[in-house]
Amino acid sequence: MNQVKCDCGHVNPHGTILCEACGKIIEDGTQITAEPVIDMRYEGSARRSQTYNKSMIDKVWNFFSSVKVGVWLIIVTLIASSLGTILPQEMYIPTIMPVAEYYEDQYGWFGRLYYDLGFHNLYSSWWYLLLIAAIGVSLVICSLDRVVPLYRALKKQRVIRHESFLQRQRIYGITTGSVSDQSYELVKEQLKKKRYNIREDNGNVLAEKGRFSRWGPYVNHVGLIIFLIGSMLRFVPGMYIDEILWVREGETKVIPETDGQYYLKNVDFKLEVYDKETDNEAFGDALDNAGMVAKNYQSDVILYKTKGNTVAGDEPELEEVESSSIRVNQPLKFEKFALYQVNYKLDELFKMSFLLTNKSTGETFGDITINLNDPEKLYELDNDYSVELMSYFPDFEFGEDGNPTTKSRVPNNPAFVFKMYSPEKPEGEVSFVAIQQTIEPLGDNEYKMAFNGIETKDVTGLTVRKDLTLWIIGFGGLIFMIGVVQGAYWNHRRIWIQRKGDEVWVAAHTNKNWFGLKKEIQLVLAGTEIKEPMDQMKENQVDEGEKD
Amino acid sequence: MKKQRLLIRTVILLLLGAAVAYTLYANFTKDEVQKVEVGKKAPDFVLTDLKGEKHQLSDYEGEGVLLNFWATWCKPCEKEMPFLNNQYQAYKDQGVHVIAVNVGESNVAVSDFSKRYDLQFPIVTDKDSQVMTAYGVDPLPITFLIDKQGNVVEIHTGQIVAEADVTEMMEKIKP
Repeated sequence: MNQVKCDCGHVNPHGTILCEACGKIIEDGTQITAEPVIDMRYEGSARRSQTYNKSMIDKVWNFFSSVKVGVWLIIVTLIASSLGTILPQEMYIPTIMPVAEYYEDQYGWFGRLYYDLGFHNLYSSWWYLLLIAAIGVSLVICSLDRVVPLYRALKKQRVIRHESFLQRQRIYGITTGSVSDQSYELVKEQLKKKRYNIREDNGNVLAEKGRFSRWGPYVNHVGLIIFLIGSMLRFVPGMYIDEILWVREGETKVIPETDGQYYLKNVDFKLEVYDKETDNEAFGDALDNAGMVAKNYQSDVILYKTKGNTVAGDEPELEEVESSSIRVNQPLKFEKFALYQVNYKLDELFKMSFLLTNKSTGETFGDITINLNDPEKLYELDNDYSVELMSYFPDFEFGEDGNPTTKSRVPNNPAFVFKMYSPEKPEGEVSFVAIQQTIEPLGDNEYKMAFNGIETKDVTGLTVRKDLTLWIIGFGGLIFMIGVVQGAYWNHRRIWIQRKGDEVWVAAHTNKNWFGLKKEIQLVLAGTEIKEPMDQMKENQVDEGEKD
Repeated sequence: MKKQRLLIRTVILLLLGAAVAYTLYANFTKDEVQKVEVGKKAPDFVLTDLKGEKHQLSDYEGEGVLLNFWATWCKPCEKEMPFLNNQYQAYKDQGVHVIAVNVGESNVAVSDFSKRYDLQFPIVTDKDSQVMTAYGVDPLPITFLIDKQGNVVEIHTGQIVAEADVTEMMEKIKP
């Protein structure tokens, strides 16, 4: 049961359709024998999946070995991937409210359903990863299950093939009458000129070229698997880092994931736009239509490295490594890291100044400037005037209890509680000051803090990226392309010329481009008595080639 | 022959299965990867409190430290502060310290908050987020329990809901 012995003496694995050595049809399925032209797919070799189906392992193996299953896995993955694009994924939505509420609020019941089904985080959900993994497994097993028998069949093929094999080739013809030895030699010579490898056995010829084209799909699959391994490695800690770093102008910050080794100072952030006056006047009309068009986003930065071991939080001793300008697609690179320009925030409030003013007379008594990231507690003014900052809310809002609170430490909407001391009011007057809003909670004041200007700073948003998997992914892509080229630009062609008594049989097979093969046979047989073989497929039948 | 084939298939399937299992595992733990692990030494740091005093973690060796990261705008932080304050007073003579690390707000905002709740324990400010980075702090609040050897005993993410929980924590790191 395990093995099948062909008439020619070759022992084939169970499930073989065409004898590996001579090509005789082994399986006596009527479907196969009824066809005028045999299916040459995988050389009629025994695909392992079709033969054993006993243990659990075999069942799993056979499931993944099916191309049908593989195609379905791909279709399901495609559909799943497209589902994830209907609404924005979780990582792209603003963090203003809980995720579930956001989806419901923005997209109604559909958003709710989308969230409940877990589609808000689709691409890292377990089932999506399992689908991708199943495609990977299917790829490995499908390939193994086909490449091994195919290799065996092509390796073991003999020059002399069984009559039934030749007769059922798509290109096949018989020449009756004597064929001279010179003609034979001429044909061989012409085959050699066409770079065929020629094997001879007892006056019969097998000319073959481009066999390596048959490995193309498998090389291609190896590339895909390397690609998948590369993307898998991104989950390994330390292989892939993608972090955001916000640095204000003038600020020096530790670069995340560098173990406190590197610091970055933002010297200046620039957003340049195209200008009608100074830039090429050809852009004039376009700029009128589009308004402001960005020309350059640039952060001028200084990279520092810490000297010696410092404890976190301690003032580190910094050594300048380099100063550089980061532009879009022109990152600052150090060690395995790269800093990319990805975001910015113009004119973040930095300092605010106020004038202590007498409300009735309008007389002013000096101004105070508050650093919004690090305000002082007390601001002394001349002549016994002073201002105390009682409370400070950098990102002010009214809380649920009606008291002022802050949403974050970023000075997006600063609010202050001032206590103003003056010779007339030595115990102080309390005033709550927010943008465009002043509240005097303890009755009418004599003095007020009059707004007197702001200073702003730009903030740059950089991506800290480290990717040790990129070359693996690139390498996988290269192998993939090599496989595609190998399979696409070369054809595997074979021509059999066999003597059967007085007759000369010619048969030929190629995995693609039958027209080219026919042309080549014409040239090879030119000037000899051997007749050109016929194409047994009907003219109107589509040239399907062989799918691996 | 047949046995060999079964063996080869089993090995290949096991390898593929292991790769898939690892990928899934790594994917689901990637958000939970803490810079600081239970049972390991807590990263040393030095920060200045509102009074201008420096606090270095390694100076507290031999005593327990409850390390709490917080911000004034963080409501859960606000709720757990009184518990920490009460238990700090109960345990400070038993060799357990509380250090509250603010995420780098202005001194005005922090001292205002501290006064409002009459907080007794030292509050240090992590101006450049260095300590937060070293401890991998993301959602607030988060509380690290550090024993007398300087090792992390427990990491509590999120609000401490009851004062009894704080008592339990204090007991764990009491020298």
